[in-house]
Amino acid sequence: MAIIHPYLRLSGLEPLIVRPETNFVNVGERTNVTGSKKFARLIREGLYEEALSVARQQVENGAQILDINMDDALLDGVMAMTTFLNLLQAEPDIAKIPVMLDSSKFEIIEAGLKCVQGKCIVNSISLKEGEAAFIKQAHTCKRYGAAVIVMAFDEIGQADTKDRKVAICHRAYQILTETVGYAPQDIIFDPNIFAIATGIEEHNNYAVDFIEAAREIKKRMPLVKISGGVSNVSFSFRGNDHVREAIHSVFLFHAIRAGMDMGIVNAGQLVIYDDIEPTLQLLSEDVILNRNNEDNGATEKLIQFAETVKAKGKEVVKDESWRKETVQKRIAHALIHGITEYIDADTEEARIQYPAPLDVIEGPLMDGMNIVGDLFGAGKMFLPQVVKSARVMKKAVAVLTPYIEQEKADRSKQSANQLNPQENKGPAKILLATVKGDVHDIGKNIVGVVLGCNGYDIIDLGVMVPADKIISEAQKQQVDIIGLSGLITPSLDEMVHIAKEMTRLNMQIPLLIGGATTSRMHTAVKIAPEYNQGVVHVLDASRSVTVAGTLLNKEANKPFIEEIKAEYQQLQADFGNKKSVKQWIPFSEAQKNPMGIAWSEYMPIQPTFIGTKTFNDYPLEEIAAYIDWQPFFIAWEMHGKFPAILTDSIVGKEASKLYEDAQQLLKQIIEEKWLNAKAAIGFWEVEKTAPDTLQVQTINQRVRLEFLRQQNKKAAGQPNLSLADFIHPTQKDYIGAFSVTIEGIEPHIKRLEQNLDDYNKIMLQALADRLAEAFAECMHQQTRKEYWGYAKEESLSKEDLINESYRGIRPAPGYPACPDHTEKIKLFNLLGSESATGIQLTESLAMYPASSVCGWYFAHPESKYFGIGKIEKDQLEDYANRKNMSIDEANQWLRPILE
Amino acid sequence: MSSIENILQERILIIDGAMGTMIQRQKLEEKDYRGERFADWHKDVKGNNDLLSITQPALITAIHEQYLEAGADIIETNTFSSTSIAQADYDMQLLAYELNVAAAQCARHAADAYTTQNPEKPRFVAGAIGPLNKTLSLSPDVNNPGYRAVHFDEVVEAYTEQISGLVTGGVDILLVETIFDTLNAKAAIYAIKNFFHETGKPALPIMISGTITDASGRTLSGQTLEAFYVSVMHAQPLSIGLNCALGAKEMRPHIEELSAIAGCYTSAYPNAGLPNAFGEYDEQPHETAHIIEEWAKEGFVNIVGGCCGTTPDHIRHIAEEVKKFKPRSLPTIAAE
Repeated sequence: MAIIHPYLRLSGLEPLIVRPETNFVNVGERTNVTGSKKFARLIREGLYEEALSVARQQVENGAQILDINMDDALLDGVMAMTTFLNLLQAEPDIAKIPVMLDSSKFEIIEAGLKCVQGKCIVNSISLKEGEAAFIKQAHTCKRYGAAVIVMAFDEIGQADTKDRKVAICHRAYQILTETVGYAPQDIIFDPNIFAIATGIEEHNNYAVDFIEAAREIKKRMPLVKISGGVSNVSFSFRGNDHVREAIHSVFLFHAIRAGMDMGIVNAGQLVIYDDIEPTLQLLSEDVILNRNNEDNGATEKLIQFAETVKAKGKEVVKDESWRKETVQKRIAHALIHGITEYIDADTEEARIQYPAPLDVIEGPLMDGMNIVGDLFGAGKMFLPQVVKSARVMKKAVAVLTPYIEQEKADRSKQSANQLNPQENKGPAKILLATVKGDVHDIGKNIVGVVLGCNGYDIIDLGVMVPADKIISEAQKQQVDIIGLSGLITPSLDEMVHIAKEMTRLNMQIPLLIGGATTSRMHTAVKIAPEYNQGVVHVLDASRSVTVAGTLLNKEANKPFIEEIKAEYQQLQADFGNKKSVKQWIPFSEAQKNPMGIAWSEYMPIQPTFIGTKTFNDYPLEEIAAYIDWQPFFIAWEMHGKFPAILTDSIVGKEASKLYEDAQQLLKQIIEEKWLNAKAAIGFWEVEKTAPDTLQVQTINQRVRLEFLRQQNKKAAGQPNLSLADFIHPTQKDYIGAFSVTIEGIEPHIKRLEQNLDDYNKIMLQALADRLAEAFAECMHQQTRKEYWGYAKEESLSKEDLINESYRGIRPAPGYPACPDHTEKIKLFNLLGSESATGIQLTESLAMYPASSVCGWYFAHPESKYFGIGKIEKDQLEDYANRKNMSIDEANQWLRPILE
Repeated sequence: MSSIENILQERILIIDGAMGTMIQRQKLEEKDYRGERFADWHKDVKGNNDLLSITQPALITAIHEQYLEAGADIIETNTFSSTSIAQADYDMQLLAYELNVAAAQCARHAADAYTTQNPEKPRFVAGAIGPLNKTLSLSPDVNNPGYRAVHFDEVVEAYTEQISGLVTGGVDILLVETIFDTLNAKAAIYAIKNFFHETGKPALPIMISGTITDASGRTLSGQTLEAFYVSVMHAQPLSIGLNCALGAKEMRPHIEELSAIAGCYTSAYPNAGLPNAFGEYDEQPHETAHIIEEWAKEGFVNIVGGCCGTTPDHIRHIAEEVKKFKPRSLPTIAAE
């Protein structure tokens, strides 16, 4: 029969059971505003995301319970506790461990109890205010199902001697178990750890008092647990972590043996008892156990010793031992670690050793790259590292190229008449291109580098490549695979077109589809049916390697293509089924169900100017402060929240490196003025002339803006939204628009390409994109606070900005709330964008330079982002009519929301 | 009449099957849901199954009777969504208390009639306390993980009202069920403890039943099974168990684990398999019963029955299969 033991059981997302063999339980202490200056600052400034990373660090360093304290006079403790805990619940790697709610204010503790699903520990309650208050608080804790820490504190004060500690704990124990009905194992005593070695003689025995009290409490009440705040004991040595860590270890060594079960410690900072240098160990022991301490003798000795070890900073030593290895190993090391410093010399050395320069590529270089490929495949290396490896590879190949050319020339001279066409078949060729009308190529460049690293010959045709060029180039160069990329929705149609062309021209090679706007579903439903020789959607660069490898394997490719075909046919079938289930309402009905805004209570605010304003050479350092870094990491295929990703247990190290490199390049971009930030903003009077039509009045023209409206059947009370709903239906209102761009990237890209530096090329592109987005954020804030001025008092943290907690929105034509790209033409026309900012629209209405952002400004407090979703034929007809477009043309631009 | 605690030591008790599935079979229309009283209600109420306790009490009582006839020892009140928070969807939050009283009375009448017929097999009414359509541990807004659609105090208030209605209507047990967010369940437990403390009424036994949502073996709010159990232990429940989301086949490893760690009785009432492509449950009564029979044989369970998709037929088969086995015996609680 099963036996259930009376152990202390706690839980976060996972259980923590304190068994006799559990040993000491570490309670992480850094998420405490009274103990950590950094954490206090983060909470005070509302930087909760970063504050969470402090919690994560504690977990990574071995904390088994997380102590959280928000007791700061300047803080609304209840709110801070609630906010932090609610955010923490969304982080499974932190929320897995139980929480200790630490406060001297019971209201803060109770607020915490209301946020945590697991069984937590309340830290603490005591008899300080008498029995009645103690019983009441204990009852509350019990009703929430928490374990409690009871401080050895009564109506008289905090217990300092062993006898008083034991007496108070025993009294509390009786009340809790007999009156309140607490299970003994859910009671934890904190018999007060006080600072020793303060110079005051009465303090010398404090550690001994704690240790002996623990022993006695455990003897009398065996099921309870003992806890304490360990760092108090060494308080008089603050500033000298080396000595403090030793004192903590020695103290714990003795306290745990006496029965201490858990303690609040800096989980990352405990030294192993046996690793403490003998002198320090002995001196600490004397002080803690109050031995040889007449006239503070032991204390004096430890203080003297502490002086000698103060401020020994840690220096970073560069490990150069790998330089002593063989040249093969050195090359592999350089490739794996992305070190370019010695690669030219090492390659040259290898060239001399090997019979032919090509052997160096096929030997040590490919061996190294294979290791890189394996590590990447196994998730042990990350994209930024792989790109650095590729840079090393390219540099090495550049050293060898002249010799290879020379050899080829020599050989063809020797054997001009016996050329063997089979001989130089070389590696498989993959052609990559961003399709016509689209200018985005970061993702494609990354795929190129990764495939290049895996031994493929990459032919990159760049951006805005028309179908005929892709196909003729593929035929001319006899490539083995074509890969297409695109970021904006019209590119999807272009890809379908290319697939059709490939069928028409009887091509036989597989087609890979990738890029942010593409999807497996779209590929399956729209592209795959048009081309029969293998169409595969590739989610990201890391998958491209296996897909390309399988497709080029003579044995595996047929079954693989068949498998994909079957999978896509299933998707097509699912798609067909799904379509019939959705419910739509007639467009006329949708128009009658707009957003319900209380217009009588709203007075439109007039912008400070009407017309446009342009900016040239806007300070980049100012823009840089607005950068949202999370998408930057996503561009590098590192998924996770910023800044938490920097301390992530798996990618943290590489993410930090990438971040440092980005900061450095950003600094250089700013200081050396590589890029020019340009913007145009404008505000105009606007009048609503129909449910989805806004008429903008400028000095010399009237421009009619047309919007689309959600048409799916909504739950009762939910509106069918259109952006036009955010404009006053009867009175004069205002609308704004903006376009920003980061120009000047081309010469730098060219230079980096010449230096074979893909890493910094992709980095620069990614940074330019981030700067454009940041610039849009920056202009939007100035618009709200100054140029339009409807939110003059706004004061938001960077996090709030990223979370869009401000009033008003800036939706871009072509994105979910207004998916018609052609409205961008009107926006550009109103702003005079082409002349003001130099941004050009391609035939697919992508903006060039790629690092550009535009959008409308809506100011109404209830305006918000949403997606139109699918629309029905009646709306399409109405819309085409309003836009003076043929149905076919409207069909073409709105295709993604029609099917 | 023996207390439920006594009977649990003697045999495996049967809890009823799905109420919703039985209601669906009636193919009720909007006007049936409204009845006379809500003929002019300003919102559609079709689908508000709990409302039928007021507008179609005879129908609800008849469903209870079918389950009692099939052999259920415990029947659940038709109150899964009878809280002011869940009823707000229909603008019926003010009816929450009345819904609970009415539903409890339907079940009470049905159960009492069967107990009178055969006092050897007393029937019990469990007041069903559902999980709510708003959660305390999860943000409904992916962009704002710290956001909560509802506050702990509001949930406690809504549950208190429900509990008060169920107790007035005469239930024997309070059943906190289909728990996918443990914090909601903790609010229910808090409300129950507080209610009996404040009113001084004799406390009713509590049954707790969580929901493991998928093969990860965790609740929707991310807890492992044991973490979930540890988090609700303070309710000192009569039983702890699992229901919904999984079929009996998928639930087996979890019920085995639970039976090893639970200090109280265990319960399990799975769905009739996993839903097919049309969201319907195909598992036949003998199939479900066969799997549950094995649990009984292994000594995993004290209370068994069915959830979504199960019918009186399923319950009849389950009751038939498990009656030959002894119930799981409670583990020993060590002194140290």
